[in-house]
Amino acid sequence: MARLAALTGNNAAAEAIRQIKPDVFAAYPITPQTELAEEVAQFVADGILDTEYIPVESEHSSMSVCIGASLAGARAMTATASCGLAYMWELLPTTASLRSPVVMVVVNRAFNAPLNIHCSHDDSMGARDSGWVQLYSENAQEMYDNLIQAVKIAEDETIRLPVMVCMDGFIISHAVERLLLLEDEKVKNFLGEFKPVHSLLEVNNPVTIGACALPDYYTEHKKQHSEALRRSLDKIMEVANEYAKISGRSYSLFESYQLADAEYGIVIVNSAAGVTRTVVDKLRKEGVKAGLLKIRVYRPFPAAQIVQALKNLKVVAVLERTDSFGGVGSPVFTDISAAFMEAQTKEKPLMVNYIYGLGGRDVGLKDIGKVYANLQVINQKGKIEKSFAYLQARE
Amino acid sequence: MSDLIEIRWHSRGGQGAMVAVRTLARAVIKDNKYAQGLPEFGPERMGAPIKAYNRFSTQPFSLYCRIVNPHVVVLLDPSVAKIVDVTEGIYDDSKLLVNVCLPPQEVRERLKLKNGKIYTVDATRIAQETLGRPMPNTPMMGALIKLVPVISLEVLLNEVVGEFIGKCSPGIVEANLAAIKRGFEEVSEE
Repeated sequence: MARLAALTGNNAAAEAIRQIKPDVFAAYPITPQTELAEEVAQFVADGILDTEYIPVESEHSSMSVCIGASLAGARAMTATASCGLAYMWELLPTTASLRSPVVMVVVNRAFNAPLNIHCSHDDSMGARDSGWVQLYSENAQEMYDNLIQAVKIAEDETIRLPVMVCMDGFIISHAVERLLLLEDEKVKNFLGEFKPVHSLLEVNNPVTIGACALPDYYTEHKKQHSEALRRSLDKIMEVANEYAKISGRSYSLFESYQLADAEYGIVIVNSAAGVTRTVVDKLRKEGVKAGLLKIRVYRPFPAAQIVQALKNLKVVAVLERTDSFGGVGSPVFTDISAAFMEAQTKEKPLMVNYIYGLGGRDVGLKDIGKVYANLQVINQKGKIEKSFAYLQARE
Repeated sequence: MSDLIEIRWHSRGGQGAMVAVRTLARAVIKDNKYAQGLPEFGPERMGAPIKAYNRFSTQPFSLYCRIVNPHVVVLLDPSVAKIVDVTEGIYDDSKLLVNVCLPPQEVRERLKLKNGKIYTVDATRIAQETLGRPMPNTPMMGALIKLVPVISLEVLLNEVVGEFIGKCSPGIVEANLAAIKRGFEEVSEE
């Protein structure tokens, strides 16, 4: 029987980690991830989690420890946020290109300056090109479910890539909500033992990992990495389907909510999708054909599937909690634009890009309601006057 | 979602609003309902005005945002009302629960409030007498479920026992239970 629980997002991640039972957990505390790092430490100290907890001196070290442990054949995990993720940046592409199946929780928090401890997606969105799989979670339940699935995806023999699982700092990490947990045994059976293809500790079968590759072979390494990440899309769905069988909760590459016949759509990541869904329900009652696309798998980017889901809409707004300064638009916006270019569909929606919620700025029903109202105005005029804007900003 | 109740707490850092909203949410969820306990964090110091939120419902909801139109306002520290508009966004029939040693009518005059319904409880005194410390959050939880009967007093007491057991001495657990019961019993309404 599933267990009914009342947990914060951080508690939920810690609970998943307890059940996943990594051999090594190496973390450095940083707001708003601190409670999570503390709770895992508590589990180990209390003897209810048999994990080597390594309290490192920095995030650069936490990821270094995870890489070493992972390549030695251990299941290795960590968690961080914001500047912590930035500090381990050097190791992110290293982890991925070494094909170490490390799994990391990212509690999304803004980058400085000005100093801010609240939610933006600057950290993980900035790391989108590091070669990791990225999963995003609307709430504590999704963090829990995604984290367990992440381990299975990462450790799959055909994938062998690290996975980042993200949730919104404070909004989710620190709020108590209702969720359902699996029995320990179910998680254990779902994941099985981590069986590394190569292990540095196999002295009878020595291998070299992380050697130097000069111009003659570097490209081939990157090509293999790129292909593994692209084909992980199918594996992610396979794992989701398997997970649905043990949990009763279904996950896709993204959530389509009322999109099938929608005219106006919002694409959004993480907790604000919950607010958007509530606005969609309200608008639908008023006869407005509103819909929502919530990103779950951002890397690899499910381009063809997203094009299919959005192509028949009239106007779409991509709302994002981070900016790509000086770019064409924010990360998800440019990816969707490129996806339509690649797909060359006859039908495509008008598309705008709005930046919202930076540094924890609250996004409520009214804010999202205004966006849908804007989309209707754009549709009436038949053209976009301003394709990029900061919502909620003082002029 | 028609039975969704949205509660906004006003308090000062260190008075336990965060613990209160989280404890209440846990109690309501364990009673097989839906709830959210959302503290509003910041680099706040002890004594700085803060807000925290509770949502209770028998149906699932996905509102990961602040509460702008509360059905209930909890004023854990009445002095916050001098610097924050604690009645912002309230409905005509919203309830205000105030930790104060004054009768509800006088609170209405001082807040210059035309609408809403006022409830008072002297939570700081109850805390002082039961816990020996001016921590008003525990009696305030008891008072709140008196006017928002989303769970029974017993469910709340069980939750507090569950949370405190093993972490605090039996004396402290008992004192907290007594504080909640007194908060529940000593609410005055208009």
